[in-house]
Amino acid sequence: MSSLEIIDLKTHFPTPDGHVRAVDTITLSIMENETFGVIGETGCGKTVLGLSVMRLLPPTATIAGKIRYAGRNLLEVSEAEMRRVRGEEIAMILQNPTTSLNPVIRVGEQIAEAIRLHQGLNKRDAKKKAVEMLDAVKIPSPAERANEYPHEFSGGMKQRVMIAMGLACDPALIIADEPTKGLDVTIKAQIVELIQKVTEKKAMLLITHDLGVARELCDRIALMYAGELVEYAQIKEIFENPLHPYTRGFLGSLPDQGLVPIPGISPSLIELPDGCRFHPRCKYTTDVCKQKHPEMIEVAEGHFVRCFHA
Amino acid sequence: MIDYVLKRMIQLIPALLIVSVVSFSIIYFAPGDPAETLCTGPDGTANPKSVEAFRTKMGLDKPLYTQYLIWLNNVLHGDLGYSYQSGSPVFNHIKRAFGATFKLSVVSLIISLAISIPLGIISAIKQNSPVDVACMVGASLGVSMPNFWLGLLLMLLFGVYLGWLPVAGYGDGGDLEHILLPAITLGTGSAAITARLMRSSMLEALGQDYIQTARAKGVSERIVISKHALKNALIPVVTMIGLNFGYLLNGSIVVETIFGWPGIGRLTIDSINMRDYMMVQGCIMFVAILFVVINLLVDISYRYIDPRIRYDAAR
Amino acid sequence: MMQHDKHDSWVTNTVARVRESRSAMLGLATVVSLVLLAIFAPQLSPNDPTEVCLGDRLISPFKESKYPLGTDHLGRCVLSRLLYGARVSLAVGITVVGVSTAIGVALGVVSGYYGGILDSAIMRLVDATLSFPSIFLAVVIAGMLGRGLASVMIALVAVEWTSYARVSRGSVLSLKEKEFVESARSLGARDSHIMTRHILPNIIAPVIVVATIGMAYVILAAAALSFLGFGAQPPTPEWGAMLNAGRVYMRTAPYLTILPGFAIMLLVLAFNLLGDGLRDILDPRRVVVE
Repeated sequence: MSSLEIIDLKTHFPTPDGHVRAVDTITLSIMENETFGVIGETGCGKTVLGLSVMRLLPPTATIAGKIRYAGRNLLEVSEAEMRRVRGEEIAMILQNPTTSLNPVIRVGEQIAEAIRLHQGLNKRDAKKKAVEMLDAVKIPSPAERANEYPHEFSGGMKQRVMIAMGLACDPALIIADEPTKGLDVTIKAQIVELIQKVTEKKAMLLITHDLGVARELCDRIALMYAGELVEYAQIKEIFENPLHPYTRGFLGSLPDQGLVPIPGISPSLIELPDGCRFHPRCKYTTDVCKQKHPEMIEVAEGHFVRCFHA
Repeated sequence: MIDYVLKRMIQLIPALLIVSVVSFSIIYFAPGDPAETLCTGPDGTANPKSVEAFRTKMGLDKPLYTQYLIWLNNVLHGDLGYSYQSGSPVFNHIKRAFGATFKLSVVSLIISLAISIPLGIISAIKQNSPVDVACMVGASLGVSMPNFWLGLLLMLLFGVYLGWLPVAGYGDGGDLEHILLPAITLGTGSAAITARLMRSSMLEALGQDYIQTARAKGVSERIVISKHALKNALIPVVTMIGLNFGYLLNGSIVVETIFGWPGIGRLTIDSINMRDYMMVQGCIMFVAILFVVINLLVDISYRYIDPRIRYDAAR
Repeated sequence: MMQHDKHDSWVTNTVARVRESRSAMLGLATVVSLVLLAIFAPQLSPNDPTEVCLGDRLISPFKESKYPLGTDHLGRCVLSRLLYGARVSLAVGITVVGVSTAIGVALGVVSGYYGGILDSAIMRLVDATLSFPSIFLAVVIAGMLGRGLASVMIALVAVEWTSYARVSRGSVLSLKEKEFVESARSLGARDSHIMTRHILPNIIAPVIVVATIGMAYVILAAAALSFLGFGAQPPTPEWGAMLNAGRVYMRTAPYLTILPGFAIMLLVLAFNLLGDGLRDILDPRRVVVE
């Protein structure tokens, strides 16, 4: 059973300089209990993908396509229904906990708010539940810490609070945006372990640029480049048999692969190159790459790639 | 917290000393001999005998710093001298006038905040809409409008043409119908400043990541604005209240004069006009001390409101 | 030369952005128009602004072609007085802001550059001035000095210089650490040379912003002081004083109250719009980004 199905999603932002095609025709589905990773460089549109599912985009954005979740298209439900979905059915853990937590509201209240809203608990019970959530994410002396403000927490602890907030109403799907960004190695390992544990029975869309984290957490991963997916498969398949030159480049830039960066920079999402979007940076480019935009093809069971030379 | 308050109060001492020096030396701006100046009344000439007596009493024949110390000692004992005009202690006049000014300031501040905060919020939420443009044009006019002109226009409209409110006066101890026009006049300028600040700080708050977090929890837009954004956006507005009080005190000079409101601003002007210099000295010092103390109170409350600062101070 | 080029692009950039900002343009246009009206007041005025004509007292506006905006209680032409009044307000504004800038910038730069006791002393003086509500202090100083525009100008300089001192000191503190100042110093440039050649050109932008908004403040404050009877003395055509004289006739001749106040607001508004626009344009944060 698939939990979330995204079909031909296009999220564009009109600007005076042209359309920013942040998400351009993306199709993917996430199974129940599956963790699906979307990996790519900064600015490839992966955060916008997550925000599109939550419908948390600025009003100027245009969204087309379908986002199927629990038998309905989320792009068509009312705003009131969508508010019920947010936090209760799908939770999003936004990136950068330091700026994503409200500095003037106590941590416990920030968690309890969602509980009161979705589960109709009274103030006291919601507070109690919030403390339990802090305990569940292994924050020591949770009852006291619930009364503290975000700046009294370390970076790793703030990330735990963000996770507790996301889990508070027991959503079936979690979208986590860069949950390990900016954390040092030991803390990162702890957070990865925590995420692994708390999302065991949930579907998760993990957005990251960190392949190491993706390898730990994901069942399947997709590589995203310039607004579209270029390759996806089971995690093992990707690591053992990467087919897209971008995927290979990305794997090659891992520390244990010698940190070889991909030459060139990702294109502006306003002026995308003709043909294959990766061709200006690709060492296997041929004429067809410059002229035709490659389609996603299935090269082995469950292994899809968008390249003429795969 | 108490430590902090004590620390701040100790830090006030040099500021207050400087205030006292400035207030003391103001008398020397007037041309001529200070003893004569201080004993000069509206008729212009001072009685030589009383000048001599005064000179000895205040030690005006002694070196300047001795004079200052004598004066300061008197001030610290609550002796601000005597009004030349009425003969009663300056302190009593100021106490009475301050009551009237305080009443006017508080009502003005309430009017100002009641207008500016909602307008600032609406402007921010409806950024660039006709409502926003109208509010901001109104704010620009409010800042640029001379308060003495606004006061006279209101007087003309509500007092003379419509006859709804008394044109001027204190009424029965400053009752509501007498306080309304001066309070609106006084509050308009500060409302304009506060509305602008409220708008910009609300816009800033609404652009922060934690707003997105609140929305991601499924919080309604009304609560996102009234709780998550407003709590942050109000912090700079609260700090501005101190400055606002300065604005109101400044405005009180003109507004009290126009509306015949017996406050500290009018007392100052009257004393200058009557050449009642001891009173002028008392007024200016009192106003400065008031201003310094209000800023201290705002500083303390600011620390109470913003948890980030409270934490830093505690460490 | 590098320095020079940078300066040129800064100026062109600013001019370009002022043209983009609608409110700054509106403010600038109004300021320019009012300045022109003030300059050509003698040519534009239908009558002598101080000529008393008791036979023509309190004529309403638009009634007689000889007095387009009517006459006051002494039969003086209101339009002519308003035009000449612009001269007074602008002259007071320019003088006070000019002197305050000179004093404030000099003290601020010295304070920021040398630091130490000199800095503390100057900053304590600033703090002391700021302990008083500014109009209160100005009123008392003007009152002590005696009536007249000169007293008002001295009083306003006494409260106004602090803004310039603070803003220039702040800019100097951040500039002091910049490379070009360090390199000038390591090349053995004298302090006076560094201050006038390297630091001053770089604090012009924030000072212009403060000075523009300062013009609005000073014009408003000077009008208030004249309204209270401290500034311009009869028969000088000054807007605040005109308003004060006219308010006695509020019931019968409201235009004597309405017109001068409107003139004050227009001039103050123009400088405020221009100042706000310049502040947005010259915002240091924006300059850094580019």
